[in-house]
Amino acid sequence: MSEPTPTGQVSVRIIPCLDVHAGRVVKGVNFVNLIDAGDPVEQAKAYEAQGADELVFLDITASSDERAIMRDVVERTASECFMPVTVGGGLRTVEDIRTMLNAGADKVSLNTAAVKNPQLIKDAADIFGNQCIVVAIDAKREVAPPGNDGGAAPIAPDGRCPQENTAGSNSPALPPVASGFRVYTHGGRTPTGLDAVAWAKEVVRLGAGEILLTSMDADGTKVGYDIELTRAVSEAVEVPVIASGGAGTLDHLVDVLKEGKASAVLAASIFHFGTYSIREAKEHLNAAGLPVRLPVGSD
Amino acid sequence: MDSPLITVIDPGMGNLHSVCRAWERAGAEIRLAASPDGVEETAALVFPGQGGMSHCMARLEQSGWAQTIKDWIAQDKPFFGICLGLQTLFEHSEEGNIKALGIFPGQVKRFQLGREYKIPHMGWNAARFRGGESPMTQGLDLSRDQFYFVHSYHVTTDEESLVWCETTYGYDFVSGIARGNCYATQYHPEKSQAKGLQIYRNFVESLESLSHT
Repeated sequence: MSEPTPTGQVSVRIIPCLDVHAGRVVKGVNFVNLIDAGDPVEQAKAYEAQGADELVFLDITASSDERAIMRDVVERTASECFMPVTVGGGLRTVEDIRTMLNAGADKVSLNTAAVKNPQLIKDAADIFGNQCIVVAIDAKREVAPPGNDGGAAPIAPDGRCPQENTAGSNSPALPPVASGFRVYTHGGRTPTGLDAVAWAKEVVRLGAGEILLTSMDADGTKVGYDIELTRAVSEAVEVPVIASGGAGTLDHLVDVLKEGKASAVLAASIFHFGTYSIREAKEHLNAAGLPVRLPVGSD
Repeated sequence: MDSPLITVIDPGMGNLHSVCRAWERAGAEIRLAASPDGVEETAALVFPGQGGMSHCMARLEQSGWAQTIKDWIAQDKPFFGICLGLQTLFEHSEEGNIKALGIFPGQVKRFQLGREYKIPHMGWNAARFRGGESPMTQGLDLSRDQFYFVHSYHVTTDEESLVWCETTYGYDFVSGIARGNCYATQYHPEKSQAKGLQIYRNFVESLESLSHT
């Protein structure tokens, strides 16, 4: 007899993210102190063999020279790995997007360029299809106003004081955002006037087929994803949400998929440094009752 | 023995890199073709439909591929359609509310699901194959192997004999069809790692056995 996935649901996805600088994989902790972690194509093949469901390449310092290098990385990866590959970082125009898709990327991720020019989302979705267009949203919790001693204040997911983030949250020039989560651009350095939940709805209206949601508070901390943020965005939009930032243990993955209602989890360092394998993560999710694609033996 | 030569229809959207590399990995030689000229020389036709339905249908009509695909399938020549390359074979699509190729009876409808189901249906899901083992399902688990999907619309048909495999997303839908030497899947075998490549390999091997009969 047939055995459908337990709930008639699509499997939750585990997506390793490879931050790429000048053709090499690096991963930052809070976006600084980059550590070289290898060749992107070799890493991609290793992840495929482990059973990764997709792969994201983030071109973290995308000058035009480096984008040519990235194009080559994507093309070599797509020739050797037969799974969906998303490329993000520095893509500003329809032509930039076309270049990456022609090189073999299945999707592109737009972040700062989408905030600066929302029409790019619509133009790209109209040409290439919604399924190609991921909008990455970097969100940060608003800091409690001075004088509030914390009773009702938003707390960072690790319980640390959010004021440790010094990137200029609650800039006096910017009005408050309704959800309490503000959109940042330029790798989390620049606050915008956008509310993360409202922006998520807007990018879907414009044609985004998926949202890659990163908690700037949790990113690099390894204390868990921001469940509240993820859930707020996921419940606000029809398209799948990939949760990113903060994975430190396998239970963190379970929490954001179940409580945060994410469709997929993005993770870098917990896989790159061999803390856990993708297979271990899949088995853990399966044991927690989540539908997964358990890896087959490597071919 | 030479690799069989396969024509991959290029609807002009680019982005055919991975589908071509996958067919090569499965043992085929690939010829990308924007127009039907020269297709008669090749062993099989692969149609990786892309983008929106309206745009795709318009390109098929303009390029002459629409009639060629109809004739090719009517003659039971080997054909493999992927994603939109499945959907276009039916009569009508809700996406853009347009008439499609009408080779097989059936409609393309948007998923009608509760809010707990994300649209598009994106990611890995199991295909359950009907009709027992066959050369085309060699090396596959007939009910459990998962493949990569990304779509908001799916095929519905009353012609049960056409259904090759089904998948559940809220409800059961047709995730693949088979009729003679014509196959088409809603999922992307070229994005489905070893199991997807296995399907392409099975198809390529079927071409080799056809050429010996």
